[in-house]
Amino acid sequence: MKARTDVLVDVQGLVKVQGRLPVLRGLDLQLGRGTFVALLGPNGSGKSTLLRLLAGLARPDAGSIRIGGWQLPHELAAVRPHIGYVGHETLLYAHLDARENLRFCARLHALDEPEPRIRDLLRRVGLEHRAQEPVRHFSRGMQQRLAIARALLIDPALLLLDEPFDGLDSEGTEMLLHLLRSGRERSILMATHRHGLAEGLADRALFLRQGLVAGELSLADHAPGALAKRQAELTEAP
Amino acid sequence: MSQAIEVCALPAERQPRLLRLLNILTVLALPLGLYVALVHAGTDASQGDVQRLFYLHMPSFFGAALAFGGALLASIAYLVKRETCYDSFAVAGVEVGLTLALVNLVSGSIWARPIWNTWWTWDPRLTSAAVMCLTYAAWLVLRNGIDNPQQRRRLASVYAILAYVTVILTLIIIRIRPDTIHPAVIGPSAVNAQGSFELAATPGVTTALLVNFPIWALLLPLTLLWHRYRLQLRIEALEQRKALVLNAPLRAAKGSD
Amino acid sequence: MLRDPLRAALSIAGKDLRAELRSRELLGLMALFALLAILVFSFALELDRPGRKDAVSGVLWVTLLFASILGHNRSVALEREHGGFDALLLAPVARGAIFAGKLLANALFTLIIALLLLPLLTVLYNLPAFPPALLLIVPPGCLGLAAIGTLLAAMTVQTRARDSLLPVLLLPVALPLLVTALRASNAALGNLPETELQTWLLLLLLVDLIYLAAGFLLYESVLEA
Repeated sequence: MKARTDVLVDVQGLVKVQGRLPVLRGLDLQLGRGTFVALLGPNGSGKSTLLRLLAGLARPDAGSIRIGGWQLPHELAAVRPHIGYVGHETLLYAHLDARENLRFCARLHALDEPEPRIRDLLRRVGLEHRAQEPVRHFSRGMQQRLAIARALLIDPALLLLDEPFDGLDSEGTEMLLHLLRSGRERSILMATHRHGLAEGLADRALFLRQGLVAGELSLADHAPGALAKRQAELTEAP
Repeated sequence: MSQAIEVCALPAERQPRLLRLLNILTVLALPLGLYVALVHAGTDASQGDVQRLFYLHMPSFFGAALAFGGALLASIAYLVKRETCYDSFAVAGVEVGLTLALVNLVSGSIWARPIWNTWWTWDPRLTSAAVMCLTYAAWLVLRNGIDNPQQRRRLASVYAILAYVTVILTLIIIRIRPDTIHPAVIGPSAVNAQGSFELAATPGVTTALLVNFPIWALLLPLTLLWHRYRLQLRIEALEQRKALVLNAPLRAAKGSD
Repeated sequence: MLRDPLRAALSIAGKDLRAELRSRELLGLMALFALLAILVFSFALELDRPGRKDAVSGVLWVTLLFASILGHNRSVALEREHGGFDALLLAPVARGAIFAGKLLANALFTLIIALLLLPLLTVLYNLPAFPPALLLIVPPGCLGLAAIGTLLAAMTVQTRARDSLLPVLLLPVALPLLVTALRASNAALGNLPETELQTWLLLLLLVDLIYLAAGFLLYESVLEA
């Protein structure tokens, strides 16, 4: 990426109006390189909207987003190859099989020699034996695994995860935890409501409320349960 | 961030001086134009009194083209700048344009009854004018079919740009389709044209056209556009306020639990 | 750092073709509809022999138009099924390439239906011979239908009424294409003077050009979330 600073994502005064009401109301956020930040907050606090804006899937109404020194949305084209995104929907094609879905993604990103990487990722998400089955035969959990593989395929510098554990069974959860813990050089922003999992993974937690960052907590030296406590404090505050 | 929520400023309560001037001009000019068209101009020798509809018919098409053109420019501006007021202007443009296009169609149809011996014929010019109206009617349907205001504005802008193709087509079709029976007013008519007349043949025809053209093609559309635009700005502001007020108790409850 | 747009467009078209090869959902639907439409037309019009010859190009293009509407609706529905447009939007490819890719696949589907219809119409409408000049008109006609349909279907899929709105938006805007393709076909079938063929074919290409330009310019605004 362009400028080598420690900050990968720099968001200032971000406003996004959905319908007629603001979902994000002047949000500020910094995300350092190689850090893992968990986004917490009630439904409607703007977590998903923030992630979609960072992924370039929506355009901001005001404020600035810089990713790796590039300004969004004007320089989106330069940023896109470096962003992996897992959203509410799996972004898969039901009639294609697992391998074809990954291949299609690789082709869109013009990856060189994607086959070994596709094979490796299918193995790591536990789908190597069902690689040639159309995705429409997959369960929700298996589709979610493939969606995660899809996001990791391009080896993104910034990984945006929107409730990635949804639909995963315990085995799938373990697998995703393992995937997220390895390869810590990338920056990850993960929206989740699973405090326990966030505590085990993230360096820092941000609490969103009504489209603003209501508080944050460093998770490096905190006892288990600190997250829930802090969240409770924040929701009780007027 | 307040400016992002306050999508567009409410227009001033009092109408701007220029608009008030336009109001007065339009109210005075419309009857004057009608007087010149219906009484002052000489009766056409071959077509009789029905020819007087022409003073309304042709200028109102240009008025419609002007209003649709305003909608086109506003739509392009909306896609570039994403400010609600451009979309509001596009709404005004399409509605005023559609009204004038209907005046054009209906007056033409009444004229055609004695001259062409039919209310309607599938002539290229007539067809393309009807298609133009239908396209803008479809624009209204599209707008109604989208709940999210930003999405509505964006997609409506795209369609308004496409729709202008039908306006251009209607304008040029009598030049590219020689088989039309619709007479051309400026320049030579097609060989098949029925019901053409010479501007200079009857006294007062040119004057009546010169008086009525600016009224129906310029003055009336501009005044209507401005009023409709101000109304749309108010509607947007009202919807915005409604959303904020309806949402306020919800927010308060969320904050306290 | 935009990747080669042509390659991206071909990948997208290839993806649609592969999915179609698997499911045969779209082509099956379109083909069956086209057959039924021909049948309905032949009953509705109750034509004698010369009448059939006059009507056949109208039947061809109206059937194709409606079959392509059906196809476009199904195609965007498949794309949207698991948030597919987002998958395309996330990719570092020019937005025009996404349009080109979808357009290519849709044009091919429409063309296949057209090539299926031509011999069928020759037999069922009892034409003396199949005029090869039609093969000059059908591909640009299908391309135009696909261009305007791809753009508008991406739009209507975002509305409340979804598929039902596409014909309302498409028919008025597609009329220039329908008229030029119809006249050209009529000239090819000998219903109009020979010289008309060239004029109408050129006009058809011009209409294609306008649709394509509109598509490439406006598709980005249509897709943006």
